[in-house]
Amino acid sequence: MDETARRIRGRLVDMSHRAKTPHLASALSCVDILVAAYWGVLRIDPALPQDPDRDRFILSKGHAATALYATLAQRGFFDPALLDSFAADGSPLAEHPAPRCAPGVELATGSLGHGLPVGLGIALGCRLLHRSYRVFVVMSDGECNEGSVWEAALLAAAHRLDRLCIVIDYNKWQATARSNETMALSPLREKWQAFGWEAVEVDGHDPAALLEAMGGVPHPSGRPRAIVAHTVKGKGVSFMEDDNNWHYRVPTAEEVRRAKEELGLA
Amino acid sequence: MQLSVPSDRQAFTRDAYGDALAELGARRPEVVVLDADLSGSTKTSVFGKKFPERFFNVGVSEADLMCTASGLARSGKIPYASTFAVFGAGKAWEMIRQAIAYPGLRVRIVLSHAGVTVGEDGASHQMLEDLALMRALPGMTVIVPADAAETRQAVLGTVDVPGPVYIRLSRNKTPVFLPDSYEFRLGRATVLRDGSDVSLIACGQLVYPALLAADLLQRDGIRARVLNMSTLKPLDREAVQACAQETGRIVTLEEHNIYGGLAEAVARALVETHPAPLHAIAVQDRFGLSGTADELLDYFGFTPQKIADETRKFLKATPA
Repeated sequence: MDETARRIRGRLVDMSHRAKTPHLASALSCVDILVAAYWGVLRIDPALPQDPDRDRFILSKGHAATALYATLAQRGFFDPALLDSFAADGSPLAEHPAPRCAPGVELATGSLGHGLPVGLGIALGCRLLHRSYRVFVVMSDGECNEGSVWEAALLAAAHRLDRLCIVIDYNKWQATARSNETMALSPLREKWQAFGWEAVEVDGHDPAALLEAMGGVPHPSGRPRAIVAHTVKGKGVSFMEDDNNWHYRVPTAEEVRRAKEELGLA
Repeated sequence: MQLSVPSDRQAFTRDAYGDALAELGARRPEVVVLDADLSGSTKTSVFGKKFPERFFNVGVSEADLMCTASGLARSGKIPYASTFAVFGAGKAWEMIRQAIAYPGLRVRIVLSHAGVTVGEDGASHQMLEDLALMRALPGMTVIVPADAAETRQAVLGTVDVPGPVYIRLSRNKTPVFLPDSYEFRLGRATVLRDGSDVSLIACGQLVYPALLAADLLQRDGIRARVLNMSTLKPLDREAVQACAQETGRIVTLEEHNIYGGLAEAVARALVETHPAPLHAIAVQDRFGLSGTADELLDYFGFTPQKIADETRKFLKATPA
């Protein structure tokens, strides 16, 4: 998994450089969560991306789209060569995922605060259809500023949607400031607990911890699950880690080289 | 067409909606209904009592209402999402845009309490901008039924439309006047009364006073054609063109702000097909105010007498 995560991180650096797109640090921050999900948790078959019984995975922090695209490609949903077209004229892979843009992309995201309530609806549908798939939604900490997140938090708990799971990529930054200085997010796990969720805190870069937390869905308590995953923005590239300039900055060719070297991909 | 004008029967379009939902629910197991804690007013409660397992009160959370409906549509369901127009089309517009219209999902957004006839609740609750907001969304079908009978037909008749649909309903009781033979056809206007001097193109509860206004105009020898333009989008451009060619001048009537609704839709169709003078009877770029529905209809110029007066003035100012 570590090897897979490193290769995906390398791709993200390349994609940001080539397409001159921002949000590299936000994408790097959630890679381990996506790798744990796609290689260790989700019941999915890349050959059957529309299988009605598949687990649903929603990257609600749509600005980290490169992480989703690179993960899906690596997992076999589509040809990794398609990643080279990212954000280019005519490419299906845009800076924010569009509806049905590529196999495995469940939802058009980019406007924060949509992934959870839509996932909630999918989980309700799952119950109505008497199916057993699960719905995983990855959100950012900044996204928890959105009122719609807390509307859905209340509703999912009321319906005891135990097949719904969120993973919050808690990297302590939002676009322009520290997330905890912008809004009083902390204590985040306790908030979700108080909202009626089965909430845990994990190291968001520890595959074993992520596998255990996500693998335990549905939880025997019958509650929806919230995983507060402590992460580092820009994870994997020392000079990007916890430096919020990389929310928008695009790496130069030299920075790409250095990043690849650090990732052992040189 | 044998219209009941004047009509001695009144009904709530939202009652017709609740009954139509219950009827649909019995036939179509994939129909589910969501409401933001106003089901007693929107009448989705009729469905909720009959099919509690397919009915979701999401609470006073309109963003969630639209996103949850989106999620259910993705599971193969046909969700009907209802609340008051000001909250559904206003507060939750961005959710409708991103989660429903962008992916082109089969969600039906049926919002009641639109327009000034909400009455005493006042301007905060009187949605006068919803038609503009919903028309602006790519792929959104926009329907404003003229009475309870057409509401039932519009709800039943659009269940299988592939993309999203918006249906606008009222709070107040309105005359039931369309004949039993009336057939709602999506995207088609219906000529309810023929005439050659002017066309009154109306939607929603202003269709009925337009018909009464045509009677008043008749006394002056003015023959007014009256169209029920119950589908605003896609607009029946051929019907608009025919009005321009055959009657010359056009009056539009809508219980909505003058921007972005029926008047502008018709104006564009006219300019693009057969330019003709147009006079818009609508709310003149202002918010509503508190009063009874009848008082407000009069205040905003939506009574038969005021419609007839405005039409006469317009015809005088734009000689044929």
